[in-house]
Amino acid sequence: MTDKVINKAVYDELKDAAGAEFVVELVTAFLEEAPGMFAEIDTALAAGDADGFRRAAHSLKSNAQVFGADALATQARALELMETAQNTPEVRELVTQLEAEFERTADALKGLQNG
Amino acid sequence: MAEPKARLLIVDDNRVNRLLLSRSVELLGYEAAVAENGRAAMEMLGKGSYDLMLLDIEMPVMDGFEVLEAISRAPSLQDMPVIVTSSVEGVENVVRCIDLGAEDYLPKPVNPVLLRARLGSSLEKKRLRDEQKTMLRRFATSEVVQDMQESGFKLGGRRVHASILFCDIRGFTTISERQSPEDTIELLNIYYTLMFEAIDQHGGIVTLMIGDGLMVLFGAPQPLDNPAASAVAAAQDMQAIITQFNLEQNAFQKPELRLGIGIATGEVVAGFAGTQQRATYTCIGDKVNLASRLEGHTKKASQPILVDAATRAAVGDNLSCKPLGDVKFDGISGPVAVFAVMQE
Repeated sequence: MTDKVINKAVYDELKDAAGAEFVVELVTAFLEEAPGMFAEIDTALAAGDADGFRRAAHSLKSNAQVFGADALATQARALELMETAQNTPEVRELVTQLEAEFERTADALKGLQNG
Repeated sequence: MAEPKARLLIVDDNRVNRLLLSRSVELLGYEAAVAENGRAAMEMLGKGSYDLMLLDIEMPVMDGFEVLEAISRAPSLQDMPVIVTSSVEGVENVVRCIDLGAEDYLPKPVNPVLLRARLGSSLEKKRLRDEQKTMLRRFATSEVVQDMQESGFKLGGRRVHASILFCDIRGFTTISERQSPEDTIELLNIYYTLMFEAIDQHGGIVTLMIGDGLMVLFGAPQPLDNPAASAVAAAQDMQAIITQFNLEQNAFQKPELRLGIGIATGEVVAGFAGTQQRATYTCIGDKVNLASRLEGHTKKASQPILVDAATRAAVGDNLSCKPLGDVKFDGISGPVAVFAVMQE
């Protein structure tokens, strides 16, 4: 399961370069910050704020890439590349999918640290 | 002796990215400071100095493009390399960073090996540039250095409206005969330090130093509102500083210094003269000759500061001057109206 959510090669490279202890700290920071990014996505959608929407999706993408969370990064990037922040059912569905992928990612990252 | 660590400023709105970049540069042996957005970064640049900036693009409040623009407008930040680290989408955005003056672009997540190489080469380039600048400063003023950086080194001059000031220590040969060469050099060094201080204050640049003599240019390469007024103000400061200095010399039974200063104003040709290998920033014109003659005449006239009519007119009525009538100088056709500047 972890293998599908997290690209182990990227994750291990990060661990080698920055140190296992530091990665624990980094994952903790990510898990603390991510809900804020989702909140920004919601706020931006409600306000039709395309810049804010793009920036929040961009942040999620950027962090997902750090840990090798490829699926999360791909989905976040898709949102980042949307030209507008239209609050349509399709967009809301994509955000819901992104949230679900984030939950899987968070579990996988926690699992990697405990394992 | 260990070299001081390079100080890097990391600008990123994302906490995970800030943590990771700080960690990465610290592991490479550098010091890291962080800013959460462009505006915070610009404030930090105003207060402290950094050897290099790692800059994110997508940020609230002030984004990376705006930071690059602000840096390009600040002369004091021109030497700080900026490496953009971003996962911004689109080649056009990367091109825009480089166009705005970024030294390099590193895609995120930043590869540690690439980061080490880019930081190493950017900091080494900066070190060489700093070194060159320090060397240049030793031989040229910061104005000349800035002029060279802006328009490049080019032999040849341009016509400018400027004031020329010549300054000389009266009876310096006698002073140097009465004391050891070491003491003379020390005295000269103190004298130069004091004079340069007064000259810098008023925007003048020293174009020539011979023994105890100085030639100073006001109004080039950087223009001044009123070069004559700046030159006269500098001359008055120079005399005031020397009066102060003489009190100390007296206290230690050391020789006093007396300065003669001549100033002339008008059109001169200023620029680099010499060869491609060795050149100096200087100016030529009959006003240069006149300023030198006026300085020489201070002894005969028993006046510390002499100026020509153009300088007198440009400074205006605020200046207390005594007309000394027309004087005929060697090498200058026709008599010259000479004015003595009264000390305040």
